[in-house]
Amino acid sequence: MNTRITIAQDSAEVPVFYLADEHEHAEGASTALGFWIYLMSDCLIFAVLFAIFGVLGGNYAAGPSPRDLFDLPLVAVNTSMLLLSSITYGFAMLTMEKGRIGATQRWLAVTALFGVAFVGIELSEFAHMIHEGATPQRSAFLSSFFTLVGTHGLHVTFGLVWMVTLMVQVAQHGLIEANRRRLMCLSMFWHFLDVIWIGVFTFVYLMGMLR
Amino acid sequence: MLANSSLPKIIFGRLTLDAFPIHEPILVATFLVVALGGAVVFGAISYFRLWGYLWREWFTSVDHKRIGVMYMVLGIVMLLRGFADALMMRLQQATAFGASEGFLPAHHYDQIFTAHGVIMIFFVAMPFVTGLMNFVVPLQIGARDVSFPFLNNFSFWMTVGGAVLIMMSLFVGEFARVGWLAYPPLSGVAYSPDVGMDYYIWGLQVAGVGTTLSGINLVATIVKMRAPGMTMMKMPVFTWTALCTNVLIVAAFPVLTAVLALLSLDRYVGTNFFTNDFGGNPMMYVNLIWIWGHPEVYILILPVFGVFSEVTATFSGKRLFGYTSMVYATVVITILSYLVWLHHFFTMGSGASVNSFFGITTMIISIPTGAKMFNWLLTMYRGRIRFELPMMWTLAFMLTFVIGGMTGVMLAVPPADFVLHNSLFLVAHFHNVIIGGVVFGSFAGISYWFPKAFGFKLAPFWGKISFWCWVLGFWCAFTPLYVMGLMGVTRRLRHFDDPSLQIWTLIAAFGALLILCGILSFLIQIYVSIRDREALRDVTGDPWNGRTLEWSTSSPPPVYNFAFTPVVHDNDAWWDMKQRGYERPLQGFKAIHMPSNTGVGVVLAGLSVCFGFAMIWYMWWLAALSFVGLLAVAIGHTFNYKRDFHLPVDVVLQAESTRTRLLARV
Amino acid sequence: MSADTHVVHADHAAGHGHGSLRSYLIGFGLSVVLTAIPFWLVMSGVLDSRQATALTIMVFAAAQIVVHMIFFLHMSAGSENGWTMMALIFTLVIVGITLSGSLWVMYHLNVNMMPGHAMSHMP
Repeated sequence: MNTRITIAQDSAEVPVFYLADEHEHAEGASTALGFWIYLMSDCLIFAVLFAIFGVLGGNYAAGPSPRDLFDLPLVAVNTSMLLLSSITYGFAMLTMEKGRIGATQRWLAVTALFGVAFVGIELSEFAHMIHEGATPQRSAFLSSFFTLVGTHGLHVTFGLVWMVTLMVQVAQHGLIEANRRRLMCLSMFWHFLDVIWIGVFTFVYLMGMLR
Repeated sequence: MLANSSLPKIIFGRLTLDAFPIHEPILVATFLVVALGGAVVFGAISYFRLWGYLWREWFTSVDHKRIGVMYMVLGIVMLLRGFADALMMRLQQATAFGASEGFLPAHHYDQIFTAHGVIMIFFVAMPFVTGLMNFVVPLQIGARDVSFPFLNNFSFWMTVGGAVLIMMSLFVGEFARVGWLAYPPLSGVAYSPDVGMDYYIWGLQVAGVGTTLSGINLVATIVKMRAPGMTMMKMPVFTWTALCTNVLIVAAFPVLTAVLALLSLDRYVGTNFFTNDFGGNPMMYVNLIWIWGHPEVYILILPVFGVFSEVTATFSGKRLFGYTSMVYATVVITILSYLVWLHHFFTMGSGASVNSFFGITTMIISIPTGAKMFNWLLTMYRGRIRFELPMMWTLAFMLTFVIGGMTGVMLAVPPADFVLHNSLFLVAHFHNVIIGGVVFGSFAGISYWFPKAFGFKLAPFWGKISFWCWVLGFWCAFTPLYVMGLMGVTRRLRHFDDPSLQIWTLIAAFGALLILCGILSFLIQIYVSIRDREALRDVTGDPWNGRTLEWSTSSPPPVYNFAFTPVVHDNDAWWDMKQRGYERPLQGFKAIHMPSNTGVGVVLAGLSVCFGFAMIWYMWWLAALSFVGLLAVAIGHTFNYKRDFHLPVDVVLQAESTRTRLLARV
Repeated sequence: MSADTHVVHADHAAGHGHGSLRSYLIGFGLSVVLTAIPFWLVMSGVLDSRQATALTIMVFAAAQIVVHMIFFLHMSAGSENGWTMMALIFTLVIVGITLSGSLWVMYHLNVNMMPGHAMSHMP
């Protein structure tokens, strides 16, 4: 809030009730906060999915259980794909701050590759499980597993689509203010997905093996 | 040969000619009325060549004032549909005793009570409060629009899209028969394989996107776009309640989205979240849906608490009593609303320890509301009260809502709830608080801010008729339900065996007819007000001697709201300005940066309706096509970087000069 | 270009954080450690008690989330005049209520109402 006006203290004077000399509102001043609030709402969707997993995650219905299915080394590889993609996105933000278009595009491309690797590995994991008969329909545990992990994967996929779109827009318009705002929002989205993944690998995979 | 026979199935999914209810006389009659009415409306618009005007000035508008008005129109239209459902239920319950089966078969009656609840909550109450907040908040905080004007337009059309899907179910297929919250296993694919349940899901999911985005929009607006000098504790109370309401929306609607998605997965893909076997647990649905459902009712009531605060202060000619405690009460209610949800299912069996915890929290949450009541009363005490319509609605609210709240505290006691749960007592309670609170509050807000929106007041005579019909009608319609509930009568019954109950259902039906008169009087009021608008004209922009910033603008306000952003020094900023000799600036105007209109919101909502319809009828090709279309349009829209323009100085000068002339006439 | 940087700085005045190479690398390093240890604990079964392992990995998860918030999301009490922190805290409270409330309620419902247990409550 800018109050660059001196307010008249003298009771005989009428106080200033309007900004005669107004600086134009910075465009997109609300964007970062608005996007953050959206992320909080997305957090709540995941909270419901985690709650469902918490309540139904032990209902194997005499079907496969985590120990039968989870390949922890593969999950570790996947986790590192996502973590690496987080830091490469961070590097992209650093080059963006410096206005270096080419370097930013390259780091974004690397990030996207890590993201594709993540989704690819996850899809192959799902395919393998389904092939083994561990389908989402088999039990409430599997329904919750596929939905929670799958929703996260869908978010990552959507993030990748967004990333490609932004790369095209940066190529077209350069690192103008609007594109920087968008890259900032995608940055928040991308890191947020890694935060959710921390919850997933801890509560679904690691705790699943401990049950 | 096989390919030939399955081609219609591929194209039309499970949509067949059977979906059109040509054998049901009530629906045929409804269709004819709607078709006729629709033809008249569409015909009139075409005859007066208003389509271009409507598209340019209203449908594609990103102006919060226009969008707010459109929400109110949506709410009023859907009120007529929802109330028609109510009338049918009352008539059925007044006549179906003993040998008489009434006029509604079970298949139809069950859809009516489901539709009534869904429509009234999602497509009447929500649009009313959203519309009021949309219109008023930017004006009250001295802003020119909300933070995200395009998103605002999109949110509105998504809400309309949800309403369209629900209305479609009348004539193509049928609606759900599971109650407004659709508990599984009844709502699962095993017991409700028909399209009705899918209309419910997709209608709510489409509308839910709109609501959630609107919540994000208004929170960002209130946080970021307040005029200089307006600290949080100098905001009008309506803005405070709007802030807390939208925080609740952002925090609660994702839960609804997720739960309905899980139910969809059960229905479409065969997962086992809420099934009876393979490890599913239907009780988890009930738990989650009420984690949404309780905050939802506070989303409905908090804005109208804000309306009452503004109205009471204005029409008592006094500053609102206890501003700080009002703010704290609102915030406390917001937080506590997350700690009471289990009181909706005390009887599901969670046991004494869990039930007592939630019973106690439920009783505690009534306290801040009580504090608000006292603040309103103390505002009126020693004030100079003017009994204009908004104030009348406020007084009716105080008397009606308090009683409804007290019955709520009765229900909060778990052992009492074991007797009263799902009885007509419960139905009477929630109608008591929703009608006494949300509906009366919406009418108070409408009559209060109508002159601001349109430049002329609503005709008081028909308004008072509407008021008395509503108040007397409500009490006549619902007191019998309290009586029957205490006797143990269950809700949602289509037929009664006990003839001694008929006197009560007849009185209730009479009450419903009184309310019908109230609604009709309201519509007449609107017609008469438009007809007599010159006599009801307000040229000052401040017909009520208001206290907050929206009254500092002309009626209606110019598209840019404020030529110069106001600077705020105290609560009741406009009152402060009037007391301290504020003079309207007459020169030095600048060009104003404005967002452009856009049709993308309408297109996206239309595609969403298409997608929903396709999913309902299993037309997978259409679903895929509309989904791709949605992505393409949404992504394509982001390639448009030129979404704004500057309003030239002479346009501003002209608008301000017009106002100067009008003010000089007074 | 200078006009752009001017507006960028105006953004920073409002309080978005942005990282430095150092902070990203520190965050990355911490995250790797905080990921590797839980995986190792579970895969090797080093701790005898399952409870202890479960508790430990949960603590590590919480810690890594904080690391992500600070080093990657540039979370600070000053960002957006404290509103991002307030939104985060409020969300975490609601998430906590949703998770713990659901688990508590459903546990009791399952004990009292699910088949297999109901018989023991019969007179």
